[in-house]
Amino acid sequence: MAENIRFVLNGETVESKSAANERLLDVLRDEFRLTGVKCGCREGECGACSVLIDGQLANSCLVALGAVSDRDVETIEGFSRSERFEILSDAFADLSAVQCGFCIPGMVLAAESLLRFNPNPTDHDIREGLSGNICRCTGYNAIVHAIQNAAEKGKGLW
Amino acid sequence: MSSISQSVRKLDHLAKASGAAKYVEDIVLDDMLYGKIVRSTVAHGKIRSIRLPDMPEGYSAVTAADIPGVNNVHIVQDDHPVFSGGEVNYIGEAILMIVGPDKRQVAKFARATEVEYDLLETCFDPKKSDTTFYEYGYEEGDWREAFAEADEVIDEEIFSAHQEHAYMEVQGLIGDYRNGKLTVRGSMQCPFYVHMAVTAVMGMKPEDVNVIADETGGGFGGKEDYPSILGSQVGVASYKVGKPVKCVFDRREDITCTSKRHPAFMRYRIAIKDGKMTAVDADILYDGGGYTTLSMVVLQRGLIGALGIYKFPSYRVHGKAVKTHTVPNGAFRGFGGPQTFFAMELMMNHAARKLGKDPLELRKEYCAKQGDMSPTHGVYHFDIPIPAMLDQLAEASDYHRKVKAYRNQTGRYRRGIGVSSVYHGCGFTGAGERDLIKGVFKLHKRADDTVEILAAAVDMGQGVKTTFRKIAANVLGLPEDRVIIVNPDTARVPNSGPTVASRSIMVVGKLIERAAKRLKAEWKPGEDQLITEKYVHPDFMIPWDLATFSGDPYPDSSWSTNIVEVEVDTMLGLTKILNAWGCYDVGTVIDENIVIGQMEGGLLQSLGHGGIELINYDQSGRIRNNSLSDYIVPTALDVPSLHVMFHKSEYFNGPFGAKAAGELPNVGGSASYIGALECALETDLYQTPFSTEDTMELLEGRRNG
Repeated sequence: MAENIRFVLNGETVESKSAANERLLDVLRDEFRLTGVKCGCREGECGACSVLIDGQLANSCLVALGAVSDRDVETIEGFSRSERFEILSDAFADLSAVQCGFCIPGMVLAAESLLRFNPNPTDHDIREGLSGNICRCTGYNAIVHAIQNAAEKGKGLW
Repeated sequence: MSSISQSVRKLDHLAKASGAAKYVEDIVLDDMLYGKIVRSTVAHGKIRSIRLPDMPEGYSAVTAADIPGVNNVHIVQDDHPVFSGGEVNYIGEAILMIVGPDKRQVAKFARATEVEYDLLETCFDPKKSDTTFYEYGYEEGDWREAFAEADEVIDEEIFSAHQEHAYMEVQGLIGDYRNGKLTVRGSMQCPFYVHMAVTAVMGMKPEDVNVIADETGGGFGGKEDYPSILGSQVGVASYKVGKPVKCVFDRREDITCTSKRHPAFMRYRIAIKDGKMTAVDADILYDGGGYTTLSMVVLQRGLIGALGIYKFPSYRVHGKAVKTHTVPNGAFRGFGGPQTFFAMELMMNHAARKLGKDPLELRKEYCAKQGDMSPTHGVYHFDIPIPAMLDQLAEASDYHRKVKAYRNQTGRYRRGIGVSSVYHGCGFTGAGERDLIKGVFKLHKRADDTVEILAAAVDMGQGVKTTFRKIAANVLGLPEDRVIIVNPDTARVPNSGPTVASRSIMVVGKLIERAAKRLKAEWKPGEDQLITEKYVHPDFMIPWDLATFSGDPYPDSSWSTNIVEVEVDTMLGLTKILNAWGCYDVGTVIDENIVIGQMEGGLLQSLGHGGIELINYDQSGRIRNNSLSDYIVPTALDVPSLHVMFHKSEYFNGPFGAKAAGELPNVGGSASYIGALECALETDLYQTPFSTEDTMELLEGRRNG
């Protein structure tokens, strides 16, 4: 009998009953009921299932549960309790950058990951940072500008 | 800027940003089972046998035999089956549904179901189809004579390919039958369309069927008709097993079996005499796919727009939609308009080249004017601001300097600039609003003096909940948080019509405005009040007659001009979009950020269809690239910052002067993109999309002489 996988999920140590080769996406959604993690393609193309693993952006559909053993996983549910989320969320709201909303949890985490590594991104840096996250609604302008505004407003937070 | 235009925070912002918003895949009901549909693997055949795998208790197969009512889904005609009755007409057509408690087991049993077919003859080429679904035409003046007398005739075939909606949330619905009542809920644009279809399939009374639209993760037309099919399937499944059944597609399944933009083959001839265009003859062919679904109305809109915004002395437009053994094509933002506008816009470019004129100036020269007869013998009742909008964009983009600078380029990187000018007819085609939809809207003031908006419109991202609330709050002079609007439930809201045809703000918004004005006048503090408003057809319109294809098809139009600038790497064939501008007239902008977001998003979808979005079929009629890995949609890196501006106007019959907006930006983008490629490559092009591979082929052809 294999041991249960333990990892830190949104700040709390948890133990999963799922097998190590399950997709992290399925474990987060079905076992932990974290439905802010969205499924758009199950093949790593759309970024809707983005999570942060030790602070790095990852498509949870392409990560096996076993690979996050003893690591730190953060989903939108955890991140939305942070001050940085508030800055980002307000910046998105100011430009109505959220349309259907399905890509947005992933987009927000992509923005967080980008700003952690690069707190003063250029337009091109932002577009590169978001290039793994597809949005079909906005044309990206509002999202890119919102992240610029958040970087400005949240100076020192990242 | 009008105060109604000033942006407010979208009411669903935080729920969506924080991941708290519940889409259908996030909803788990007690005892809920999962469904997986077994689909046809052949494009045309008769089912000879079905062999189900051994399944443990709790798993079952739902087939056509389980349908309590009719095995036809009402869309326009009723020809699409719920589950195949024996014949299949496209790869992906539903045969049966495996239902059970464990998603993976269900999928496994669906895969293990063996279906044998007697193969029937297939047709994938609409030009060879022997089944015409619909055919229409109209003409004006002696166009035959004009061609006979012409100095020169431009005779070309323009092609516009399939496009996939690629909404981020795939299709999914839950059916929940219990105690003689059925609820269908999930991702959809048109709750009352689903209601009507499901009621007939279930053979139930309308009052026993209830449809709820949950958060809907993008639609773009793709969730207009298809949920009527899926809703019928989950309804029948839940009826059979007596438990809720959820069926959410995976992406490959979604691309395989849901509707697309109609491919269109469009032969255009233009007669030229003494340096003037004297006649246009357009023959349009839309590939309807395996069933009629929405092709009738899509074709109508395509034909109405076949001459673009232009006025010609004589013309003939004829078109049909035919059957092929491919997935039925349906509604996609623009609804048949983008195809013919694309062809007409390319013809304008090609005519400009022949006549030695600038494409932008030629558009201004032939643009129709207020008071002119429209192509379908109606009247342009209102101002056509296209020339002014083109000038505005020319200045913003430095068009005239660039178009000269980009002549006779040499070297690896070559730039081009292209232009388009189009319209989108506001609302339903013809008398659809009056005769079919008959929209009803209610405003409910409660005793606590909050006001609830009761409408069937679905917020699929376009912000309709926010804009509806804004209209009501503004008229009533109430703070926005005193006005309530939630996702529609057919048991609670009147049928204000489907969320399609860019009609929500203009048509339903007008009913809200009227109801709010009445409520304000009759306001009784502390009392419960219910205000009902019904659609009133504008009396200035020349009645639309489908038999003669004449009259005013729309009360008004929204107008769009685009300029796109590209750079082509002639070594690699890669095209980079350097700049894209759009100037739009949508009447009064109800919420600036929301409408800008609509314009930018729609423009990018259209640019995607210009260069990279291509559905590829193999010889058996199977879509080869049914994934987001292979069907490429633009990322943030594929596009620069888009420049959106507005031309100010007011439509007297829309709320605060607003008219249609949602589909408009999807009409002209690809034409201006291809126009920019034509400029860079100094040649005429004939299709959208024009991909990197197409560019390479063209350049190699040149190198090889």
